Amino acid sequence: MTTTATASRGWQFRRPSVIPGFGLTFGFTIVYLTLIILIPLSGVAWRSAELGWADFWAIATDERTLKALEISFGASLIAAIVNVIFGVLVAWVLVRYRFPGRRIIDAAVDLPFALPTAVAGIALAAIYAPNGWVGQLLAPLGIKVAFTPLGIVIALIFIGLPFVVRTVQPVMEEIDREVEEAAATLGANRFQTITRVILPGLAPAVLTGFALAFARAVGEYGSVIFIAGNIPYVSEIAPLLIVIRLEEFNYAGATAVAAIMLVISFAMLFVINLIQAWSRRRYGYGA
Amino acid sequence: MDVSIRHVRKEFNHFPALHDVSLDIRSGELIALLGPSGSGKTTLLRLIAGLERPSEGSIFFGNEDASHRTVQERNVGFVFQHYALFRHMTVADNIGFGLKVRPGATRPEKAEIRRRASELLDLVQLSGLEKRYPAQLSGGQRQRVALARALAIEPKVLLLDEPFGALDAQVRRELRRWLREIHDTTGHTTVFVTHDQEEALELADRVVVMSQGRIEQVGTADDVYDMPNSPFVYGFIGESSSLPVKVDNGELWLADRTIGISAQDVPNGNATLYFRPQEIELLDGCGGCIAGTVAGSRRVAGTRRVELEIGGDRQRVEVELPIGHPAAQQSRVAFRPRRYKVFPAQAA
Repeated sequence: MTTTATASRGWQFRRPSVIPGFGLTFGFTIVYLTLIILIPLSGVAWRSAELGWADFWAIATDERTLKALEISFGASLIAAIVNVIFGVLVAWVLVRYRFPGRRIIDAAVDLPFALPTAVAGIALAAIYAPNGWVGQLLAPLGIKVAFTPLGIVIALIFIGLPFVVRTVQPVMEEIDREVEEAAATLGANRFQTITRVILPGLAPAVLTGFALAFARAVGEYGSVIFIAGNIPYVSEIAPLLIVIRLEEFNYAGATAVAAIMLVISFAMLFVINLIQAWSRRRYGYGA
Repeated sequence: MDVSIRHVRKEFNHFPALHDVSLDIRSGELIALLGPSGSGKTTLLRLIAGLERPSEGSIFFGNEDASHRTVQERNVGFVFQHYALFRHMTVADNIGFGLKVRPGATRPEKAEIRRRASELLDLVQLSGLEKRYPAQLSGGQRQRVALARALAIEPKVLLLDEPFGALDAQVRRELRRWLREIHDTTGHTTVFVTHDQEEALELADRVVVMSQGRIEQVGTADDVYDMPNSPFVYGFIGESSSLPVKVDNGELWLADRTIGISAQDVPNGNATLYFRPQEIELLDGCGGCIAGTVAGSRRVAGTRRVELEIGGDRQRVEVELPIGHPAAQQSRVAFRPRRYKVFPAQAA
């Protein structure tokens, strides 16, 4: 009976359950998303559209814009990859071992969430500057961190770490001991168990952590500008370029760069989401 | 492969889980470890697998002391209650896992692994599901895959921890019969843990009844059901009624009356009489019998269960009457157990 009724009315929303509240919550979600996200973002598109296609294209393909985008996305990608490796390691240590000070380390992981990013930037710049604690050790080796793209990567690693740890940690805690024991009875050594059984099982959570750390890094501004040196074509990130354009009262130029960032970020997150939806369907995670 | 457990003791943080357990399992046998929760049956199974180390004692596989061998070296097939399948792998990859992780020299070719996997899938009657993921299978199917995965490594011993515990009753009965068939075709020495006595009695060659970290009795289904050697086994396997009695020169007394049955080898004094509700004979008069007031009666499938209150202190026992037997209408029923066992009081 339900199916015939649905068929006669054509396409409609899938009713999640008989419990009321769908209309209200759905309506609230739409209004909220519209006010907070969609309207400001369409403002970006609108503003950059004022430029006209030719000007927009000129800004988009401008050498300085391209370099800034390359540095932003490149450094974010490297930082997110580093964070995935060490974030998983940190999560593993926190989940699997009991040692004195574990809770303190656990809490410290969240610091980059809470710290004003400018503070982080200043602290990192001070430490990695050629005369700083770490910088003076690296200087004789010919490694310059502060005021180079490497410094940007370090700042982005700092702010992105908790995203990976906090998404992987709960999933890791849920790993069934029996799955590891099953692998052991089948003859797998510890290394094989970790690389073939545990890590692939964590892949969806790692991917989420990667996406969050990456997205956060692309949008990061405060900490980077202190350590980057902000040399155009070398260590100037796209968000900084936007601010520079704004200070020149070149609003259209600023929003053009913003629009390009928006499109690239959205495309990347969309692809990551597709991969996750696919893996969830296949492996039944969260089902 | 014979498995011999010699004086094994296991403690978890000074809490004893097994006290001095010894057990010989013959090659090709199907053994059930049966007991209530906390009886140590799963601990014993995990000790055989090498997933736990014994605090004392040793475990022999054939003539070889396996106690200090790691899980990986023991080459046992272990099936978990909740399947423990690798959910990011297809069914075929799950089954082939044990072969794929072997060191280079003993690892079969890829094609050979694939062939083995599909052969095992045939054995567990899941042909054609190679490409599925565990999330796409039913509980019964997952457990079959788990068994195929355990069999793939040609284990010396197959160990199953409550293998059907998470499945519904019908699938369970079906898998039980099927496990027996697989055992008969492959001939692996098999040990499984269960708290379901029906499962243990029906499936196993020998049943090991465990309680509080000790083995109470080892025997065939007939042995443990017909000749329980302790009050625990009598109470745990099948249904039973018990009555406190007094033994005097081999005669059983209930308060001031003799019951008319004897227990020659039981010392004088207090004792407990155990019998099964269906193994009684109903009597008319009462010169040497147990008589009680009917306190309740309920229909159980093809028979009627009558609850009787016996004597002044109103001990309750259950007896079974055929449907339509006139005694069910009476207010008093007299009977005498046909088969029974008397355990001295201190043992009870």
